[in-house]
Amino acid sequence: MKTLRGNAALAAAVALVAGTAEAETTLSVLLDGNADTNAMMEALAAAFTARNPDITLELENRPGGSEGDNVVKTRLATGEAGDIIQYNSGSLFQALNPVSTLADLTDLPAQDNILDSFKSVVTAPDGTVRGIPFGPAMGGGVYYNIPLYEELGLSIPRTWDEFMANNAKVAEAGRVPVATTFGDTWTSQLFVLGDFYNVLAEVPTFAEDYTANRAKFATTPAALRGFEHLQEIFEAGYMNRDFGVATFEDGMRMVATGEAAHYPMLTFAMATVRQNTPEHIDDLGYFALPGPSADRNGLTVWMPAALYIPAASQNIEAARKFLDFVASPEGCRIMIEAVGATGPYLIEGCELPADVPRSVADMLPYFEQDGRTAPALEFLSPIKGPALEQITVEVGSGIRSAAEGAALYDQDVEKQARQLGLPNW
Amino acid sequence: MTTRRRSPYPYWFVLPAAVVFVTLFLVPTVASFWFSLTRWDLFEAEFIGLENYRQFFREPFLVQGLVNTLIYAVVTSGAKSVLGLLLAVLLTSGIWFQGFLRSVVFFPVLVSTIGIGIAFAALMHPTRGAINLALAAIGIEGPAWLSDPALALYSVALIDIWKGVGLATLIYIAGLAAISPDYYEAARIDGATAWQRFWRVTVPLVRPATVTVVTLSLIGGLRSFDIIWATTRGGPGFASDVLASVIYKQYQAGFYGLSTAGNVILFLLIGVIVLPMTWGCSKREVDVGACAAMAPVAA
Repeated sequence: MKTLRGNAALAAAVALVAGTAEAETTLSVLLDGNADTNAMMEALAAAFTARNPDITLELENRPGGSEGDNVVKTRLATGEAGDIIQYNSGSLFQALNPVSTLADLTDLPAQDNILDSFKSVVTAPDGTVRGIPFGPAMGGGVYYNIPLYEELGLSIPRTWDEFMANNAKVAEAGRVPVATTFGDTWTSQLFVLGDFYNVLAEVPTFAEDYTANRAKFATTPAALRGFEHLQEIFEAGYMNRDFGVATFEDGMRMVATGEAAHYPMLTFAMATVRQNTPEHIDDLGYFALPGPSADRNGLTVWMPAALYIPAASQNIEAARKFLDFVASPEGCRIMIEAVGATGPYLIEGCELPADVPRSVADMLPYFEQDGRTAPALEFLSPIKGPALEQITVEVGSGIRSAAEGAALYDQDVEKQARQLGLPNW
Repeated sequence: MTTRRRSPYPYWFVLPAAVVFVTLFLVPTVASFWFSLTRWDLFEAEFIGLENYRQFFREPFLVQGLVNTLIYAVVTSGAKSVLGLLLAVLLTSGIWFQGFLRSVVFFPVLVSTIGIGIAFAALMHPTRGAINLALAAIGIEGPAWLSDPALALYSVALIDIWKGVGLATLIYIAGLAAISPDYYEAARIDGATAWQRFWRVTVPLVRPATVTVVTLSLIGGLRSFDIIWATTRGGPGFASDVLASVIYKQYQAGFYGLSTAGNVILFLLIGVIVLPMTWGCSKREVDVGACAAMAPVAA
């Protein structure tokens, strides 16, 4: 083996003859830096290497958010993204130019276990599947503090008006109604993006019309509502005093400890609670963002991130083998053991354990009933404007009105649509 | 009419430098002009004429970013020159520990900008920051320095001034040292007050240093990015966005052609503001020293 490694050309020739490159392989994996992501990947890597001693994995972390988008795009473009990358599915995946940068995984055996709802969000424009799910699906709704709700005798709101009535009572009691954390600008988008179930309930064709440049946020009342909600919260003064600099972790701490009653957030946040305030994990409940009608109340769902293989990888065979393992029911069990159950995995034969935290138990019924979930817009349309988080900060801080903010966002997405070369823009 | 002086070196001698210059400076500059005319995703570049420039000027944040850039540059360079001169007068007046105090003023220049940004973001926290806690102790409710849209840009400018004033002071100290003591003696004999000596002798004679300080800090202010990114990231919303941070955000979002167009605009803006200054001062015998100092920066 050692002499072979010294002669790369000969080794390659032997590998070609043998059909598979089963020499000692090291797969480099690029992760988003999240604690849960690392815990899941470490557990998977250990189990996989135990089974395949000739393949080891090397984990590398990148920043999250737009800084991370930048790293991933640049590395893919220069062919230095390694063997496996973890990255968002949906519109951000489309922006990677997947046909030329990522390996085709359509015929990966594990695709048979993966739910179609996920495959559709990692399908390139040419119809090929380029990724597998990594982690559970997430809900985009509101965390609430159960002890505070009990203390004030509140019930779970099913409409926006009920939600605002609850907020009024919380404010009267001297607590913060809605934890607001614009220090991490991405957290400002939840009222807009998480409201998409309610948008679709009223305008079922919004996603297609929006992609085809026929519908706009500013001129579709149902879509504008998310921006208006942000403005209402600001005008009522329902935020914490340091809302401009507070961070995501501050927000989860506030709602977990009862400092604040509500925090609109994606359900992946449970990992943070488990790490920072584990004693409060069962004080948290969860509900979908309430809309105009109590009869049509449901949850906006975020698909999990995906694992992809860069087309420039030198170890595509070994990487495929690992991805096959991750997307198996067994891989799924390993991930649940590593980080606990925070939401449904989109792999057939992968069941969640019975004793999930309260907020996860609150979320699961939405998934179990037909028509009570809808994917977020970024999974139905390739267009997501990069400045949304700055615009929602502006609307939520009273710098710009909801109507102006929505109009500005409509203008912002034009660039993305043109860059993607969509028709009709 | 000037005739070009023959170089004392043969061509082969300057060739290595020429290769470096062409591949690392000339080619990228010319390429950036080309890419600014394309829709570019790092893989393919599609020629779209001046569309990127039209897009850039249509961005509502850009207009604000442009105004912010000018405000930021003028405020920081103005404050640095005024404060720098006053500090230089203090630190050349022969006070105790003069050498030590000069280093103290200069220390912030040496510290990493990102480090300073992070430290000030903590100091300026509206409820837990040291600045507002100190103000609260004397009964003043401090503002949200970095998250109040009306204040954020000026708070960042304040940090920049604190960090950069040491360099201005240093240049002024050198400028003051170059003024002959004879002028002050003559002024004193004529009965000039301290105030008159400052306005009539120091300020006019230190002008070369002033030109250097203003130009350096104006250019620095126009392309300022790191301190803004480390403190506010252009926020809240777009309130403290400047040209450089707008460009960076376009780059992050994957609009490579658009962000290249932004860089060309920044290049032209700096050229338009700074070139007349260097031409103007190269005509004056007095300012030759100052102009020589800033020539590399302007280029």
